[in-house]
Amino acid sequence: MSVSVAFEKARAEGRAALVGYLPAGFPSVAEGIAAVKAMIESGVDLVEIGLPYSDPVMDGPVIQRATEQALAGGVRTRDVLHTVEAVSGAGVPVLIMSYWNPIEKYGVDAFARDLAAAGGAGLITPDLIPDEAQEWLAASDAHKLDRIFLVSPSSTDERIAMTVAHCRGFVYATAVMGVTGARDSTSSAAPTLVSRVKAAAGSLPVGVGLGVRSGAQAAEVGAYADGVIVGSALVSALADGGLPALRTLTQDLRSGLTP
Amino acid sequence: MLPDDRGHFGPYGGRFVPEALIAALDELDAHYRKAMADPEFTGEFERMLRDYAGTPSLLYDATHLSAHVGGARILLKREDLNHTGAHKVRNVLGQALLTKRMGKGRVIAETGAGQHGVASATAAAYLDLECVVYMGEVDTKRQALNVARMKMLGATVIPVTTGSRTLKDAINEALRDWVTNVDDTHYLLGTAAGPHPFPAMVRDFVRGIGVEARAQCLALTGTLPDAVAACVGGGSNAIGIFHAFVPDADVRLYGFEAGGDGIETGKHAASITGGSHGVLHGSRSYLLQDDDGQTIESHSISAGLDYPSVGPEHAWLHDQGRARYQPVTDAEAMDAFALLCRTEGIIPAIESAHALAGALRVIPALREELGHEPTVIVNLSGRGDKDMHTAGEYFGLFDSGEVIG
Ligand SMILES: Cc1ncc(COP(=O)(O)O)c(C=O)c1O
Repeated sequence: MSVSVAFEKARAEGRAALVGYLPAGFPSVAEGIAAVKAMIESGVDLVEIGLPYSDPVMDGPVIQRATEQALAGGVRTRDVLHTVEAVSGAGVPVLIMSYWNPIEKYGVDAFARDLAAAGGAGLITPDLIPDEAQEWLAASDAHKLDRIFLVSPSSTDERIAMTVAHCRGFVYATAVMGVTGARDSTSSAAPTLVSRVKAAAGSLPVGVGLGVRSGAQAAEVGAYADGVIVGSALVSALADGGLPALRTLTQDLRSGLTP
Repeated sequence: MLPDDRGHFGPYGGRFVPEALIAALDELDAHYRKAMADPEFTGEFERMLRDYAGTPSLLYDATHLSAHVGGARILLKREDLNHTGAHKVRNVLGQALLTKRMGKGRVIAETGAGQHGVASATAAAYLDLECVVYMGEVDTKRQALNVARMKMLGATVIPVTTGSRTLKDAINEALRDWVTNVDDTHYLLGTAAGPHPFPAMVRDFVRGIGVEARAQCLALTGTLPDAVAACVGGGSNAIGIFHAFVPDADVRLYGFEAGGDGIETGKHAASITGGSHGVLHGSRSYLLQDDDGQTIESHSISAGLDYPSVGPEHAWLHDQGRARYQPVTDAEAMDAFALLCRTEGIIPAIESAHALAGALRVIPALREELGHEPTVIVNLSGRGDKDMHTAGEYFGLFDSGEVIG
């Protein structure tokens, strides 16, 4: 199921889509699956499953600790694919978010094939730019997967246009310069970035990530973006308050987006 | 001429970083290319290297060592005599000067044992830049003296408490800082690795080692050396001495990686001889990883070689067969360390002792092959003062309770 399904549904309801991130294997593979299901039941439109990696340079402390714990618990790449398989029947599209080396090690085409077979929609690649992505471009075409690259406030207009041209599904706008982590105020750079991206993106949806942690913030971001991406806040909720806290936060985020 | 304009050495190198850093890398690349073509910059860089760092370093005819070993003429490139005691001063002065030129006021650096951190803090003090050094928490404890040095020089040292709490995690943390503060901050990376343009830029800042050694060898012996040997951590001192010799097809190039307890034990830092292809810290190269592509922690008695990957140009030189890479174990390196102390009165860095140990190993076969006594240049990349704690423990100098001296 392509992620466009999620954006179309949200658009038809006159709101932005809620995109929720959780790493696979946190706190364990089975509990991670239960958490993603809880998040889906509580209103996310699109799921990102993080592939835990030893050197997560884009992540702040919350996601670092969670993925470290997942790795210490022995999570493997095949467990991440298994997680996708276990949740992909629940009615919302499921993406994997992964640093590049684990994919390259698995074999780019083999990973694309197995991700598609598991019912996954595609891949978000935080440290792979289209310039280096020839193999992934070919594999994602061959296996009909979405590919989501990132743009940032420091991207030139040329790079935004080039990146958007290589995205399928949506484009991921990292709205602040920095690593993942919940922030008290959303970035003032975000609306500017989104309008720059929209100028290049045509009908391709733009998702905004980094920092959102409440329904009120989601509402703010949802006013100008097609998708509101939430990661660290959900991971914190799960880590500190288990499934009940995860459900409560997801519902709050979703109600912030409901017109 | 490699790399290509996107930083590729064949299949290696490139840029595997978040898009947020691309603008900064492009800016750095543009400034570095312009600077290298600007006599004002290159002149000032040369002046600093000469008047402040003390280069050109000597090419020392190690007659006592050669006589002891027998059958070879060993020349030592004395980078240990540079200010701060290693080749690294060349790289930090180049990058710090470039930072000034870019109008940035802050540098950040990663460090393992503290050598690159101390060098960065030195350059920052000299050129009046704010300096923040990321160091794995484990290393701050192992290397308290270097932490004190950095602080003395005015740097802020931030212990890194994530991941394995060692060098690779310090690099991760420095990259995170850079993404956040890229407008006013330069990441002063300590070796010839990382995303383009770092591998090429660092090489160009340290290539004086080989340029000098080549001319010095010609002046001293009338010919080029038969072989050049260097230790390989991330690869800066090795690429620095190799680069000028790469076109000299008859000069054999040897890179010696840290073999730790031995490749077969899995406890080593030999990325080329004991690792496989992959992507780490922004470029494609050889690295130590498990079946899932998770980085494996490296092991070496030498903190400066204790890194699970290697710069992309070495991966390329290896695949081309232009340079040969071999592992040297902790024990072999420490034997060579002791030998140089006793024969020449030179205490080398344990990193550099790997280069010497490797050279001693290949000399007999080389003599056989050439039919004459080979001339071998060994890059003595640093001095061993920083290693006396490790050496003292290794050789049991602290055991007896008596005062040594
Ligand atoms: C004296 C010395 N030699 C060699 C190295 C290894 O680094 P590289 O391979 O970049 O030369 C270090 C690193 O700290 C060092 O201090």
